[in-house]
Amino acid sequence: MANPDINKYYRRNKLPHIWCPGCGHGIITGAIVRAIDQAGLDQDKTVVISGIGCSGRAPGYLKFDTLHTTHGRALAFATGVKMANPELNLIVITGDGDGAAIGGNHLIHACRRNINITTVMYNNSIYGMTSGQFSPTTPTGSLATTAPYGNIDTQFDVSNLAMAAGATYVGRSTSYHVRELIDLITNGIKHQGFSFIEAVTHCHTQFGRKNDLGGPMEMMEWQKENYIPVKAWAKLSAAEKEVKKTRGLLKEEEREEYTDKYLALIKQVQAGEEKNG
Amino acid sequence: MPNKKVEIDAPDWCKGCGICIYRCPVDVLELKEGKIAITKPDNCIGCEMCELICPDFVLKVVEK
Amino acid sequence: MKTEKVLLQGNEAVVEGALLAGVRFFAGYPITPSSEIAEGFSRRLPLVGGKFIQMEDELGAMAATIGGSLAGLKSITATSGPGFSLKQENLGFGIMIEAPCVVVNVSRTGPSTGLPTSPSQGDIMQTRWGTHGDHPAVVLAPSTVSNTVDLTIKAFNFSEMLRTPVILMLDEVVGHMRENVLLPAADAIEIIDRKRPDGNKANFKPYEVKGHDHVPPMPDYGQGYHYHTTGLYHDETGFPRGKSEDAEKLMLRLMHKVDYYRDEITLVEKKYLSDAKIAVLAYGSVARSAESAVEMARNNGIKVGFMQIKTVWPFPEKEVAELAQKVDKIIVPELNYGQYVREVTRAAGGMAEVIPLNRFAGQLISPATIKEMIEEED
Repeated sequence: MANPDINKYYRRNKLPHIWCPGCGHGIITGAIVRAIDQAGLDQDKTVVISGIGCSGRAPGYLKFDTLHTTHGRALAFATGVKMANPELNLIVITGDGDGAAIGGNHLIHACRRNINITTVMYNNSIYGMTSGQFSPTTPTGSLATTAPYGNIDTQFDVSNLAMAAGATYVGRSTSYHVRELIDLITNGIKHQGFSFIEAVTHCHTQFGRKNDLGGPMEMMEWQKENYIPVKAWAKLSAAEKEVKKTRGLLKEEEREEYTDKYLALIKQVQAGEEKNG
Repeated sequence: MPNKKVEIDAPDWCKGCGICIYRCPVDVLELKEGKIAITKPDNCIGCEMCELICPDFVLKVVEK
Repeated sequence: MKTEKVLLQGNEAVVEGALLAGVRFFAGYPITPSSEIAEGFSRRLPLVGGKFIQMEDELGAMAATIGGSLAGLKSITATSGPGFSLKQENLGFGIMIEAPCVVVNVSRTGPSTGLPTSPSQGDIMQTRWGTHGDHPAVVLAPSTVSNTVDLTIKAFNFSEMLRTPVILMLDEVVGHMRENVLLPAADAIEIIDRKRPDGNKANFKPYEVKGHDHVPPMPDYGQGYHYHTTGLYHDETGFPRGKSEDAEKLMLRLMHKVDYYRDEITLVEKKYLSDAKIAVLAYGSVARSAESAVEMARNNGIKVGFMQIKTVWPFPEKEVAELAQKVDKIIVPELNYGQYVREVTRAAGGMAEVIPLNRFAGQLISPATIKEMIEEED
């Protein structure tokens, strides 16, 4: 049930937001707020950090300690904050350009370390703010302002990337499947370790228009048809699997969390010092 | 009877995208001059989809 | 506590100085000739309950360092030329959002991979103008191992006082040289901590200045201030409005806070200047050769004086102008093709002849070389 007090998490004097009418970024941002609420995080002890791009603007609307950093570096800033004070809850908001291209290195290494940060990637398959250049998640063949003859690049499956790099919680859903998205983010926050939630979303302004995909509703219908629950997806034919993608919880495993390991190391070396000294 | 109903919490933020209308499983909402309006409140089943899907945090489903 | 005599390398001196200053967080990336700094922190920080992290790259190291500072810890990173270039964007972010931290650049011969194990002062202008856009810069350049301990403590103090990143520019010679150092007792050192807000959280404005020094108090993350920070130009509330008036106000404040503390942060050492007709002006390891050269020349009866610039940026305009008024000639030896000498020439304003002496290919400048030039100019 929705919390009637949900407005306390917004900086209401900063709204309405800058995103286009019908933009999925608002849906995902709302989902993050509800997930923070459902997970029961202390508002005072929660830090939301973003990079650059349309997604980068989200923290400005959220009433926490918030940091709008440089392009691609949100996870690196968050890593410093979390290391310095492991009691803080860290939420990182990134995009497909911000997190999978310019910030891809920080993403894979945050996964590898299993540091307790929840990352939500707003994946709209395009650089929206700079007006529609292709990103690492733009489908091959799609048109973009920097792919006027069709994109020849191969697409990243960012959830697969996060799983391969060692993230211990990975989920994917869409702006259409908002309830599932809220649950995935909630459980990602509760998970002790690095959690990555790919929030697939529609950019009708920069991606949809260029590729004749219609408006927000048409693009959300496409998500509904093409993102399939993990179990149902497994039963699809090989040909269908080429086109359709999984949604839901993709990975959950236990592995010692990075700042816990470091705190244990501090204890160990301090005890050793006392013994020797 | 459902014990919840939709309300327009922040009418000024509505950008008139219509996503709430598209996702409403019954027939409650309409766009009036580019802004959302609750035209058939009695139809509301209190499912909260409109609140969750609204990209502009305009709608709220509250206790009756 | 007592002073302690130890044999230290310059890079190790950074670690000792930082610990004395109260550092509790290091984020870095390995690079010659600075790696001993990271190694030292990885060993020492957990012993005092501090944190060390080796990041995936230099950009991340600068970012994490700023993150550590925002969470409330005194934070530091260390690198060398190529890595220093990579850090520049986030260094500018740190200046813009006013995150105190210390960035060590143990400079080596560049550009590019250059001569990784040879000294250089080729980054002197990069320490001033490395990041894009206008910005203030506070940069300290030690000349000896002992001086490195002292200036590392000061770098932290200045960064906390001014709420800005401070760069500590060693060169490979200072970084790798070993000397006996008297480490000061912890309780004998002046330590400055950033101003924190008074606890009034309602309508808190993170960039509102109440004192005369243009420096806003800074909360730690997690204290409940719920404040926003961005690299966009912002007003007192921390939020961007995209307005020129906000940009102008913020840039002026960033500059004015450094101006306000200019006298306090300007560290210049003068010697043998009372009767001097020639002066040698130097910074970093070269200052050491310069001082020896001046002493040798004075023993031969030449009236030559010495000025060591420890705070290389902001440029000590007043001190250099006074020097130019006093002497006829200023020799500026530097381990580059001639960079700082241009600033000296500008500040001297024609009152003294400014003569460059440059080595840019990884060699040192020996006292004998400087002494020769003093003799030629005498």
